[in-house]
Amino acid sequence: MNRTEWPLWEVFIRSRQGLEHKHCGSLHAADAKQAIQMARDVYTRRQEGVSIWVVASNAITASDPDDKEALFDPMADKIYRHPTFYELPEELKHM
Amino acid sequence: MAGHYGSSEHIEYLLRLGDNALVLGQRLAEWCGHGPALEEDVAMANIALDLIGQARLLYAHAGRLEDCGRDEDAIAYLRDPPEYRNATLAELPNSGVASAGAAQGDYAVTTARNLIFASYHCEGWRALATSSDRDLAAIAAKSLKEARYHLRHASDWTIRLGDGTEASHRRMQRALDSLWPYTHELFETDAVETAVAHHGIGIESASLRPSWLAIVRPILTEATLAIPGDTAFRSTGKLGRHSEHLGYLLAEMQSLARAYPGAQW
Repeated sequence: MNRTEWPLWEVFIRSRQGLEHKHCGSLHAADAKQAIQMARDVYTRRQEGVSIWVVASNAITASDPDDKEALFDPMADKIYRHPTFYELPEELKHM
Repeated sequence: MAGHYGSSEHIEYLLRLGDNALVLGQRLAEWCGHGPALEEDVAMANIALDLIGQARLLYAHAGRLEDCGRDEDAIAYLRDPPEYRNATLAELPNSGVASAGAAQGDYAVTTARNLIFASYHCEGWRALATSSDRDLAAIAAKSLKEARYHLRHASDWTIRLGDGTEASHRRMQRALDSLWPYTHELFETDAVETAVAHHGIGIESASLRPSWLAIVRPILTEATLAIPGDTAFRSTGKLGRHSEHLGYLLAEMQSLARAYPGAQW
């Protein structure tokens, strides 16, 4: 008997309120069509979504965790990039 | 004229619909924790819960029409096998007819049965969505959406397994061959159906067979499966004469409710 595992898929769900698809997990499926079907069964049972994307996990290129310091630490001392230093006009009360 | 709103035929008809859904749902629920893959395990439980939900609505409606104090739980848990009105096909074990009693379910059998029932339910619910019984029409409209998804799931797997490996093709064909004789009962029209059809409440199920075949045939063809020949065998579950398998299914399903009458979560 052939015991080969089905390939892995990353699942993205767009919620009723949201505009963007958010990553919510992964699953095994034989192909993209089946992955959509299974994502419906596994990840939308509680009305989480109105749209599903699936992406083959091996199609994703990820940053290397070992590069974390080089990639992200230089931003730590550049707080002026946050828009928190602007003086807001009086009229704008709810920013 | 028999078969009017609230008549015994009307109630009997609702019980047939409800029992098909509940018994098939209970069978599918047996896959919970035993599915061939986690994703399929969840899918079977989802489909089972859709079916059990349909049964609840039908039982509650039948109980109200009957007006003798039975609620959905009493109808589900306190009837013995001869009082059940599901087609025999629904109660056959997941391991199949030939290897009944085997501990393990056969996914080809489940797939073939789901294909047969989902397509049957799609046609049946579509017709019943215009029932003169407005509660039944509403249940049918809701159930049709669910049945459409069940059909998609079952046809997808039928094609994958039928047109898959040599072994999966062989098992799928064997499952189909073993279940096909039980499909005839689904389309047997009797006095109950004729009576409710006369009042626009139900349908004569014989009228569904051409459109059912029109759904099933292209799927089986794409799955490279041969459509089995028709036989004279007629199962009689919907008349209350069941196979030996229903008693075991009900014993397991009803044991808690009977041991602790009126138990609540």
